[in-house]
Amino acid sequence: MTTLSDAVANARKSGDYQSVIDSIPYMRFLGLTLQTHADGPICHMPGSEHITGNPILPAIHGGVVGAFLESTAIMHLIWAHESRHVPKIINLTVEYLRSARVIDTYAQAVITKHGRRIANMRIEAWQGDRARPVAAAHAHFLLPSEDA
Amino acid sequence: MEPDPERQKIEALLREKARTATGQTRALGFEFVSAHPRGAVIRLPWREDLVGNPETRVLHGGVITTLVDSVCGWSLFSALGGEADIATLDLRIDYLHPAEPDRDVFARGEVYKMTRSIAFLRAVAYQDEDEPIANCVATFMVGANTPKLQARGAAQ
Repeated sequence: MTTLSDAVANARKSGDYQSVIDSIPYMRFLGLTLQTHADGPICHMPGSEHITGNPILPAIHGGVVGAFLESTAIMHLIWAHESRHVPKIINLTVEYLRSARVIDTYAQAVITKHGRRIANMRIEAWQGDRARPVAAAHAHFLLPSEDA
Repeated sequence: MEPDPERQKIEALLREKARTATGQTRALGFEFVSAHPRGAVIRLPWREDLVGNPETRVLHGGVITTLVDSVCGWSLFSALGGEADIATLDLRIDYLHPAEPDRDVFARGEVYKMTRSIAFLRAVAYQDEDEPIANCVATFMVGANTPKLQARGAAQ
């Protein structure tokens, strides 16, 4: 397996950030993939039995939705050259807007405020119709000072 | 202290629920530890494939989010006296301290206020009781999907 720092260095040259995801065990566990766009990566999480929280509806586990939003923010910060490492998360607030069905889910992040040490992020997840998000979050990350 | 039969009943029910769990609860290997009148304790045994930072082997924050969201759900089941139709409305988590590799993580949740349709919860994740790794507050809706499920039942 490629190390994370190799993967980040290669991605900066090639623009292919999938190998970064693949070097992070839990992102691989969720089966995340990503597509880069001019305004940042869009992450994808496939629907599967093992991410289900409510088997009756069925719906994706609320914690997994939070984990997906956090992972999308991390990938955005690495893509935006804010960090060569996995940036440290300070906190995350998730609003659950609609029940997330166990199907393909997408998410994209934006940096709403970029301070010297802190990045304030907003992340949204949707299924099918981007105008009807299933969840949204805001989060704070600590930026590594040596990696500006 | 006399064993509380009501609590024993809830503990048996939640233990059985953990044993037969499907989906993410089973995929992450959550274990039921104990139930309290308005709360519960669960455990995540250490797993290498849940690491979020391969350089430090610290668990991914999302795993901790799932752990505290789950313990909030279990705490609510405990407070309601059994499994119920619940949904997370919102959840805030503060990451206080990175989880140490190779060690289990526990989470303890508590319903601190309950209304007819909304439950207010707090939860903490820890490896050592006196050094929390994350603190969480969450609100849940009770009976969130009941109209949808009733409609589905009526249609069948």
